[in-house]
Amino acid sequence: MTAPKKNATKLVPVPTTNRIPERDVDKAPILECRHLGIDFGGLTAVNEFDMAIGRTEIAGLIGPNGAGKTTVFNLLTKVYQPTRGTILLDGKDTHGMNTVQVNRAGIARTFQNIRLFDNLSVEDNVKLGLHNHIGYGMFSGILRLPAYWKEERVAHERALELLSIFDMQDMANAKAGSLPYGAQRRLEIVRALGTNPSLLLLDEPAAGMNPSETAELMENIVKIRDTFQIAVLLIEHDMSLVMGICEGICVLNFGEIIAKGTPEDIQNNPEVIRAYLGTKNEEG
Amino acid sequence: MVTFLTNLINGISLGSVYAIIALGYTMVYGIAKMLNFAHGDVIMVGAYICFFAVSTYELPPLLGVILAMAVCTALGIVIERLAYKPLRQAPSLAVLITAIGVSYFLQNGAQLLWSSNNKMFPTFIKGDALVLFDGQLHVSRTTLVTVIVCVVIMLVLTWFTGQTKMGKAMRACSEDKGAAQLMGINVDTTISVTFAIGSALAAIAGVLYMSSYPILVPTTGSMPGIKAFTAAVFGGIGSIPGAFLGGLLLGIIEIFAGAYISTQLANAIVFAVLIVVLLVKPTGLLGKQIREKV
Amino acid sequence: MKRLNAMSRTSRVNFLTYALVIAAFVVLQALSMGGGLSATLQGQLVPVCAYVVMALSLNLTVGVLGELSLGHAGFMSVGAFSGAVAASALQGVIPASGVRLALAMLIGAVFAGIVGTLISVPVLRLNGDYLAIVTLAFGQIIKSIIENLYVGVDGSGLHFSFLKPTVTLEQGGRMILNGPMGIPNIEKISTFLAGFLLILITLVIIFNLVNSRSGRAIMALRDNRIAAESVGINVTKYKMMAFVTSAALAGAAGALFSLGQNTIVAAKFDFNTSILILVYVVLGGQGNMWGSIVAASFLTILPESDAMRGLRDYRMLVYAIVLILVMLATNSPAIKGLFGQILDRTRSKKGGNTP
Repeated sequence: MTAPKKNATKLVPVPTTNRIPERDVDKAPILECRHLGIDFGGLTAVNEFDMAIGRTEIAGLIGPNGAGKTTVFNLLTKVYQPTRGTILLDGKDTHGMNTVQVNRAGIARTFQNIRLFDNLSVEDNVKLGLHNHIGYGMFSGILRLPAYWKEERVAHERALELLSIFDMQDMANAKAGSLPYGAQRRLEIVRALGTNPSLLLLDEPAAGMNPSETAELMENIVKIRDTFQIAVLLIEHDMSLVMGICEGICVLNFGEIIAKGTPEDIQNNPEVIRAYLGTKNEEG
Repeated sequence: MVTFLTNLINGISLGSVYAIIALGYTMVYGIAKMLNFAHGDVIMVGAYICFFAVSTYELPPLLGVILAMAVCTALGIVIERLAYKPLRQAPSLAVLITAIGVSYFLQNGAQLLWSSNNKMFPTFIKGDALVLFDGQLHVSRTTLVTVIVCVVIMLVLTWFTGQTKMGKAMRACSEDKGAAQLMGINVDTTISVTFAIGSALAAIAGVLYMSSYPILVPTTGSMPGIKAFTAAVFGGIGSIPGAFLGGLLLGIIEIFAGAYISTQLANAIVFAVLIVVLLVKPTGLLGKQIREKV
Repeated sequence: MKRLNAMSRTSRVNFLTYALVIAAFVVLQALSMGGGLSATLQGQLVPVCAYVVMALSLNLTVGVLGELSLGHAGFMSVGAFSGAVAASALQGVIPASGVRLALAMLIGAVFAGIVGTLISVPVLRLNGDYLAIVTLAFGQIIKSIIENLYVGVDGSGLHFSFLKPTVTLEQGGRMILNGPMGIPNIEKISTFLAGFLLILITLVIIFNLVNSRSGRAIMALRDNRIAAESVGINVTKYKMMAFVTSAALAGAAGALFSLGQNTIVAAKFDFNTSILILVYVVLGGQGNMWGSIVAASFLTILPESDAMRGLRDYRMLVYAIVLILVMLATNSPAIKGLFGQILDRTRSKKGGNTP
């Protein structure tokens, strides 16, 4: 629908079936993947992955276990270098970038198995998200020059502000590793937001949460999108969350996209139902 | 030409010893995923046991070697059970520091027990040297025995890990301990057996090393130990043919560096090789790449 | 006292560490001037300071960065020899020994920092066991190089040769460094005061680094490298920062140490010395700076004291056992659980008194 106009010259245009939300129409998508794929040895983990996400869209990536969802995240964040295909972030090719550069270009993520800086305080975890937006170096730090005091104060305030999204200001001094599970998941999101992303990748944000926590998380994801005006791509097994807040959904099975569309489209797609429930004599 | 051949043969001889030690490192690393820093000192203990058995108690050399192997095997198992087993879930930094502690313990224990005075290791691999090229090239009996023993050990180990039940259990544990346990493999026993084999090999290596470099002190094992680790990394840690290849190459490099570059810098050159290998091909010559799971 | 409670836990610990160092200095200096110290202890004051700085700097690598360096004595060696050569060469130029000492320590730090930078380029591409073994290899290489280095000085400046003692000097020139024989007849210009100041500077550098943007990034690498990369932290840059700072501080300590000795040889700074310093760090607690100070001081002085002389032979054996036990106690789930129970019990008893 929104095939890119400017940057398409050297690339093969792919007609995307994604439905970019109304408000993002006429703008280039924040993320566009074309023919993305990776092989591990002889095994193709992800193949022909085409997807576009609008600038303020909440999109979902679903599929059975082992379908290659987290691998897609790892490709987007360059934890793995893709074997094939192109990733365009805000129209710019991320080819040759590493994880750090991709993050600076605007992709932030959380992890399926939580990865916090366990021995540091909650506030320090958020400040590490803000790392590249704090403007003083090693010597100002060691010599405690005015820049240190000024920037640290700003970072402190910003960190508390970000923590307040999830009402976590009171935990600022606790050790990140000692937080309860749900709070750790939320802290990871806050830390990722600190890097000031234009695309936030959430890997199973609701894993291990109870229904009321999940409902609260859903509200917060929408709130984050609205306040920060960013795109969110999330992997999730909780269908109430996916169907409740995602505007576009992409279904992956055995590394290939089997369906794309709105929640209604996906719910009624026979291929998707087969992939999830399996046919006779086939394990789901 | 003859000097070159002599150096090559000396290199292969030294390299065979490194290969035997490296086999111990590589097996333990493959299964326990830890650098057993104390492995070199087990060599030293084996050498002392054999020395006392043969020189002091005048036992036949073969019995001395078997005794050394028995003591080292027991030592290896005890070290594993007491020091390493409780740390199986611990960060690698903690395990490595513990291994260094064990190494230090063995060295200083040996110094208290047996003093730090030099001991001359008896030559008991006797017999005429093999003479080639009209008497220009001598290959000593020690060299021949060392190389043959090394090749035999390599072949037996390859057969053992490939064909026997215990060997297959070892390979299963090195792939995935959790899955191996679910398949009914006793992981603790498997790891103990690995340490036992590695330590028995260390005893043999100790005796062979002493036969070529007969001055025995409590720190005797540390240098060949570190170099053999280099050899194991060189060949690809976790790989048995890799340890063999890495050991031989490292021995040859060391002798050639001493002969053609500088004797004082021979050790430095060996370590430089380690650094270059780790940077250029961290998985070693025959190792396989391990991908970190995110 | 109120102010102390208002501070965050970290700044409170840092403040108490400074206080501990200053108090120890004042007491020892007073004793030393009043003649209350035995000759052996008097002679240990400078080496203790050097080892404290060594332990603190290694703790930056091991405790804060979370990587094991087994070649820390190598950096000390670089600092010791470059510092001692500099001090000896400058003997005629700068008569004030205090200035010369400060300069020697600075030169030691710079040289060790340069070597650390060169080494860090290859070393820091590795992790864990491999990184440790490569630092060990570099430590050995540094030792081999210094053992084969010959340095002389004459009217036209410093002269070097490598492997063979082929330094030719003008009339009135003299050899400073004689390969494996090391540097003989060093003029002892190191003082306890200088050692104390070096410890203070080291503490300021480490504490301020750790509690800053850069230090946070270094600790983030320790806790979770992949997460650190995901928030845009440059792994190599911060690993290098910690590693080189640690090397430079060790260099300064090396210069302080060598200028308090009669002779130094390269063999003194071998693998065993690296391990000894590691023992201080592990015993004091990884990342715990005051622990490093206490452990380094006591383990340097105790074996020299008359009461402990009988146990001297067992010293290294005891260190080895301590190393193993500390690791088991802090990392084994079973033993940790046991310690945790005991700690909880004592804590809950204390809990009644403090609000």
